[in-house]
Amino acid sequence: MVTSAELLAAAAFADGSHPQAFPSFGSERSGAPVVAYCRIDDEPIRSHEPIAEPDIVVVQDPTLLHQVAVFDGLRPGGTVLVNTGKTAAELGIAELPGLPRVVTVPASQIAREHIGRPMPGPALLGAFAAVTGAIALPALEAALRERFPGDLGDANAAAARAAHDREVARAAPA
Amino acid sequence: MTDPTRIRYAQVGTRAVGNRLLDPAERALQSDPRRANAITSGHRACRGCGEALAARSVVDAAMAAAGGRVVAANATGCLEVFSTPYPESSWQLPWIHSVFANAPSVAAGMAAGLRARGRDDIRVLGQGGDGGTVDIGFACLSGMFERNDDVLFVCYDNGGYMNTGVQRSGATPPGAATTTTPAVPGRPGADLGQGKSAPLIAMAHEIPYVATATIADLHDLEAKVRRAMAIRGARYLHVLSTCPLGWGSDSALSIELARLAVETGLFPVFEARDGEVVGVTPIRRRRPVEDYLRPQRRFAHLFEPEPQRDVLDALQRRADRTIARFGLDRHA
Amino acid sequence: MLRLLEGSMAVAETVGRCRPDVIAAYPISPQTHIVEALSRAVRAGELGDCELLNVESEFAAMSACIGAAAVGARPYTATASQGLLYMSEALFNAAGLGLPIVMTVANRAIGAPINIWNDHSDALSQRDSGWIQLFAESNQEAADLHVQAYRLAETLSLPVMVCMDGFVLTHAHEPVELPDPDAVDAFLPRVAPAQVLDPDAPQTIGAMVGPEAFTEVRYLMHHKQMAALDAIPHIAGEFAAAFGRDSGGLVRGHRLEGAETVVVAMGSVIGAIEEVVDELRDGGVPVGALALRCFRPTPTAELREALAPARRVVVVEKAMSPGTGGIVGADVRRALDGCDTRVHDVIAGLGGRPITKASLRTLLARAREDRLGSLSFLDLDRDLVAAELARAGTPTAPGGHAAQALAAAGLWEEDA
Repeated sequence: MVTSAELLAAAAFADGSHPQAFPSFGSERSGAPVVAYCRIDDEPIRSHEPIAEPDIVVVQDPTLLHQVAVFDGLRPGGTVLVNTGKTAAELGIAELPGLPRVVTVPASQIAREHIGRPMPGPALLGAFAAVTGAIALPALEAALRERFPGDLGDANAAAARAAHDREVARAAPA
Repeated sequence: MTDPTRIRYAQVGTRAVGNRLLDPAERALQSDPRRANAITSGHRACRGCGEALAARSVVDAAMAAAGGRVVAANATGCLEVFSTPYPESSWQLPWIHSVFANAPSVAAGMAAGLRARGRDDIRVLGQGGDGGTVDIGFACLSGMFERNDDVLFVCYDNGGYMNTGVQRSGATPPGAATTTTPAVPGRPGADLGQGKSAPLIAMAHEIPYVATATIADLHDLEAKVRRAMAIRGARYLHVLSTCPLGWGSDSALSIELARLAVETGLFPVFEARDGEVVGVTPIRRRRPVEDYLRPQRRFAHLFEPEPQRDVLDALQRRADRTIARFGLDRHA
Repeated sequence: MLRLLEGSMAVAETVGRCRPDVIAAYPISPQTHIVEALSRAVRAGELGDCELLNVESEFAAMSACIGAAAVGARPYTATASQGLLYMSEALFNAAGLGLPIVMTVANRAIGAPINIWNDHSDALSQRDSGWIQLFAESNQEAADLHVQAYRLAETLSLPVMVCMDGFVLTHAHEPVELPDPDAVDAFLPRVAPAQVLDPDAPQTIGAMVGPEAFTEVRYLMHHKQMAALDAIPHIAGEFAAAFGRDSGGLVRGHRLEGAETVVVAMGSVIGAIEEVVDELRDGGVPVGALALRCFRPTPTAELREALAPARRVVVVEKAMSPGTGGIVGADVRRALDGCDTRVHDVIAGLGGRPITKASLRTLLARAREDRLGSLSFLDLDRDLVAAELARAGTPTAPGGHAAQALAAAGLWEEDA
């Protein structure tokens, strides 16, 4: 999750935006819930406080949905992206307070297809690009190729593109 | 013809530092007026101070071995205090005193800095008393050993925190009275079973060179410094240094007491390389521990008002064990 | 060229460009990424003849730096919190001996209770050590300050601490422009040390000094710190000329013109404070902010000049002195001695508690309504405190001697 926020920042940076990414912190320990933050702005960002009122929440691990207050502070009309093969209704998040837009993305599955491992980050970011427009897909692909070496970089970029294109197709008028 | 009854024969002991009877090649460096004299006279050490004698020998020998290119880091303690009474200093070489516990680390930084600047022709010496080395400086010492930093560290062991008034250290010998291990009925000074052997611990780090020495044999001490200076990496020298004040002994007996510590087996003299003992100095003439203990008031309670046989026996057994362990009995 | 970098990496790379000779590395959260990055760089041969010492404690780290500086080598180390405390004896020693050393402190709270998150208690606990203490507002400034710090340390022969908020800055990825290596070389020429262990010219360093001269030696140290008040802006100016950026210096004002209320703070929280100030100014509210960039020495004259025109100053500080209150606030009060300006200490952000813009807005509103006492704690959970006091058997409402005395002195505040 930390890497996803960094990647988002990297993509935004490649796009010419001013980003800031940072994790919430604890001792290094795998398996525990982790939150990471990313700000994207046209101007340099001065504040470093944790994001209390996000515009967008990306949930990489859906088992957290009913365990952690994932949507606290989400702005009315904000957007939620969840890594899942289920629907929002099946997850019980179809009608959240403030009625954010909920987008379900089978990111782990897309990752398995393109990368061979259920690492949903790049696919989620691809969907993020399509849904929010906050970053452009080419910038995201470039950031993924720069961050991950050789074939892995290409595979991650492919996963991102696949998720992105899937969202574009879903949003297209029938 | 000279009257034979008027011829006087003089004999020079094998440990004599040097006099006109001794072949110049056999004289110790301390007898050579061309020595560095790295701790010049005028310092404020007590009369009979073993540490002053040891440090002179060590530093001059190091300077000779390194062509005068030696820098020294010194822990807080007697040596540091008596050698640098503001605004004067005895030291004739570059010398730094930082704090009590960190002489090994300061020395490590000096060695690293010199190497980084392309000057590892300049050799680094670290110095401290037993308190600064075995107790408060122990972590820094062990770290320096573990990294194999290119430092020769010398501990002048007088068995206590002498500069601050004779308190016990982790090197205080069992049975010795100090101000924090006073002799009272049932507690004969420093507790039996306590006290660490810094040389053995140094050997456990498997550093290139570990040796013990005393002020009773300056030839041996100087030779060990020379051998140490020919090696790169972490080296440790532990020198028994009599403290007349702390030990309650006659200042004229400092060297003899160091010799007795060796000959009773209480202080083994040996050399080790990479964690293995490679040489020992055998005891020439074995002495019972009481010969060492009696001249020191810090052990007086073991004899007055009546002998504490159990403690004396324990100390004798300890000496016997040390002799057996290191193979010090030349007649064995 | 701007690069997106984690704060720790920006610092590590910049330190590398300063060509240290000896790096003493001991890990402690949240500084670990800095020493890890430098270890990799040394092993990869990227730092020339630099020697990396993996030391066994922070005390050893600072001691090794002392040794390195003493032989004329350029040292570096980094630490935080408990580690800074553990080297405290060596800190005072380094400053007392006048050795040029630069150290990064990734500001973190001091235990007990153990806490790995950001506040300023570590650096401020060593404020009397004789080290120069600089505070970075951003990762850009953190990187830049290290270059200035070496120049400052080697010019004055004093050790310099560059403080950056642990996790908040060290682990934040943001765009940074690293100083050009050639420009750094030109900015940091090798200078002959004021004192050095050199066999060709032996010196004794660290002799004992008795009552007859100790006061004078300490006075001269104070004098040297005061000289830093001139050196710091001078070097910041030279840095700006060489690298084109305003970093460092003593203080930095934001919208002080006609500000009735000024918020003073150090480190990254200034960013959020300025954003709140800008919002309020857009609404016509006369508020401003002052970043204290140099904590030691205290820029008394600059503080006075900036703050005296204001009606009130709100010092938002991430540390406190138990039994007394604010630390930075005390320095601010001293600077404003004789002025009518009221000073309010607000203890905030302890142990990593976020200082939110919402809280800052509320705080400023209370300040402007003159409802802020002399000392208050931002976002204090009064229910939690009351419950604990009740559990421990003491009265929950102020009534005891201590509380009455605090209230009488105007030091007890209900809410911030």
